[in-house]
Amino acid sequence: MIPLSWLLALSATLFCIGVVGVLVRRNALIIFMSIELMLNAANLAFVAFARHLHSVDGQVIVFFVMTVAAAEVAVGLAIIVNMFRLRETVFVDEINLLKG
Amino acid sequence: MITVLFVAFAAILVVSSLLVILHRSPVASAIFLVLAFCSLAVIYLLLKAEFIGLVQIVVYAGAIMVLFLFVIMYLNLGRDVESGVTIALRRGLGWLLGAVLLAEGVLFLRHGAALGPEAPPPLDPGLGNTQQVGLLLYSRYLFPFEITSMLLLVAMIGAVVIARGRRARVEAGEAAAAGPAGPAAAGEEDA
Repeated sequence: MIPLSWLLALSATLFCIGVVGVLVRRNALIIFMSIELMLNAANLAFVAFARHLHSVDGQVIVFFVMTVAAAEVAVGLAIIVNMFRLRETVFVDEINLLKG
Repeated sequence: MITVLFVAFAAILVVSSLLVILHRSPVASAIFLVLAFCSLAVIYLLLKAEFIGLVQIVVYAGAIMVLFLFVIMYLNLGRDVESGVTIALRRGLGWLLGAVLLAEGVLFLRHGAALGPEAPPPLDPGLGNTQQVGLLLYSRYLFPFEITSMLLLVAMIGAVVIARGRRARVEAGEAAAAGPAGPAAAGEEDA
């Protein structure tokens, strides 16, 4: 039996890695992957609590999170492709079209 | 045994997700992300969430990562160049903030903040995990489930419209120029 606190610690670590990825990298694709890592950290916490409470509801929520993640990736990658067409770059600090 | 497996796959998960954000080549990052998702799927299996574990492999490691790799190869990206004072400064700040966030979480867990006692195991209804998820999904969560289909439809249309690009839209506008709204609509979409 894996203790709940271990699972939550793993989830927190995964989330922090995702946060660092978003803050540190300039490549929009890597930032997207980091967002996926954070979503997965949340999913892990959901599954951990679902087991802790002996309830399946948490796993159903994870299913919905995965759907949202898939939708987000589809739209986000389309935006990145379009951005690359316009500016020939995927680095977020070189995209300053809306800068005042 | 389960604990040993958990520790091993948790280590793989942490190392591979660190490599995702550290590696300079986007393709390598994507491959490490697949590894991370697969080890997370094993952890789900260890937690007796078989359905979620397999969906994790099919949807995340399969569909989403194929989309990522497709875009990376379509854009033909090389290794990222990351040098300069501003970038180094921002990198240091990013790691610092991440460490502070992690320390906060660990502190929270150390004080055992209200995790609550483990619920008593329910009377075994004799159902498998997938059956339980399915029963819940089509009864209590039926409305969110239907909303999900709308979300996917909107995302699909949005992705097609956005990724089609300006030139295709202008051409479509010229083709429709016989109609009075054709050129105006194409002009609007230039913005």
